[in-house]
Amino acid sequence: MSQVSETDLQAWVDARLAPPRRHEIDAYLAEHPNQAERLRAYQAQKRAIKALFDPVLDEVLPENLRTLAEASAMPAVDRPKTALFSRWSLQRLAAGLLVALLGGVAGWLGHAQYQSGERLAQMAPLPRQAAVAHVVYSPDVRRPVEVTADQEEQLVKWLSKRLGTPISPPKLGAVGYELVGGRLLPGNSGPVAQFMYQDASGQRLTLYLTTENAGKVETGFRFAREGQVNVFYWVEGKFGYALSAGIDKNELAKVATAVYDQLDRAK
Amino acid sequence: MDSRAIRAEMPRLRRYARALLGDRAAADDLVQDTLERAWRRLAQWRAGSDLRAWLFSIMHNLRVDQLRQPSLSTQALDDGDEAPTRPTQSDQLELVDLEAALRQLPDEQRAVLLLVALEEMSYAEVAAALEIPLGTVMSRLSRGRERLRLIMEGRPLAANLRVVR
Repeated sequence: MSQVSETDLQAWVDARLAPPRRHEIDAYLAEHPNQAERLRAYQAQKRAIKALFDPVLDEVLPENLRTLAEASAMPAVDRPKTALFSRWSLQRLAAGLLVALLGGVAGWLGHAQYQSGERLAQMAPLPRQAAVAHVVYSPDVRRPVEVTADQEEQLVKWLSKRLGTPISPPKLGAVGYELVGGRLLPGNSGPVAQFMYQDASGQRLTLYLTTENAGKVETGFRFAREGQVNVFYWVEGKFGYALSAGIDKNELAKVATAVYDQLDRAK
Repeated sequence: MDSRAIRAEMPRLRRYARALLGDRAAADDLVQDTLERAWRRLAQWRAGSDLRAWLFSIMHNLRVDQLRQPSLSTQALDDGDEAPTRPTQSDQLELVDLEAALRQLPDEQRAVLLLVALEEMSYAEVAAALEIPLGTVMSRLSRGRERLRLIMEGRPLAANLRVVR
């Protein structure tokens, strides 16, 4: 028998040896029990690694990966080569600009009000806050929300606890939008909640919910346009609501009405 | 190319990434980066060549880039469900131990070991995917397996043998 190398032994573990050599190694191992024990431990490792990670193969693909795969399923001819990615990049760029702009405005206002010492000046109005939060998070492919809708119960518990009052996301299935999930955001003086919804085409809208309006005057439905984002907002009791999306005003009004009706009924 | 082919590879890419990184969210991020880069570089893929090997080498290069960047250690937010486990209690403990033991291997040894164990790649395929010589594959495989065995058996690693008395 030619000399047995470590490579032979590793290949034996992986069943990569052709029969004549394999039998030679079998014979060698019969005479070297320590080596045999070592190689059997390696085989056990291999089986255990497969047992540990094979279940990943059967997992449902996360939505972002599925989306990517579906993008890839389009024929190359019909698909502007990087359209998907440049759209994301543009949205991200827009988010960046809007935040920068908001920073500038807030800074300038802060300056103007500096002598009066009023912090109020730095507060962004509700629709602006909501629109920025929408533009920042809704294009996020990987993690648009902190807690996904499949854990709705935890989401509700968590956000209610952080906002210090029971809140829950309205159901918008009837107008074609399903809950994606929600996240906690910093508002002007404390936590605010954002719920995200998506329709069958992937169009997203966000409901921004603050409890910073205690003592403020209640308002009816109001409409604001912030860049490409349309916002319906209203203040009721201690709650401020703002519904944002890059969709047509009339369609958004329909959704806003559905939200309003549900909140109204919930009381 | 047959674009369904990429989709077909995704479960395997995810399995390898999960085993390599341990963390579910980080692993899926790596898979997503891999797919995005694959799309941008589709022109570089030669029809008829091995798609899986190409995707794994993209993933490997991204991983190398990641390791080169000094990064903040981050905690995933959505790791509610942990690594997959088999049903019985003792098996579960054993597998969790294995996962912890894998974490203790140097990254480059773990990569070789996983490509051989999970992907059942030939040594030459591993060498191609990781862009290293065949001899390096063999030495990393051998050292990685031995190190994993010692960790699993609770024995001191070679590096720890110089015990101060």
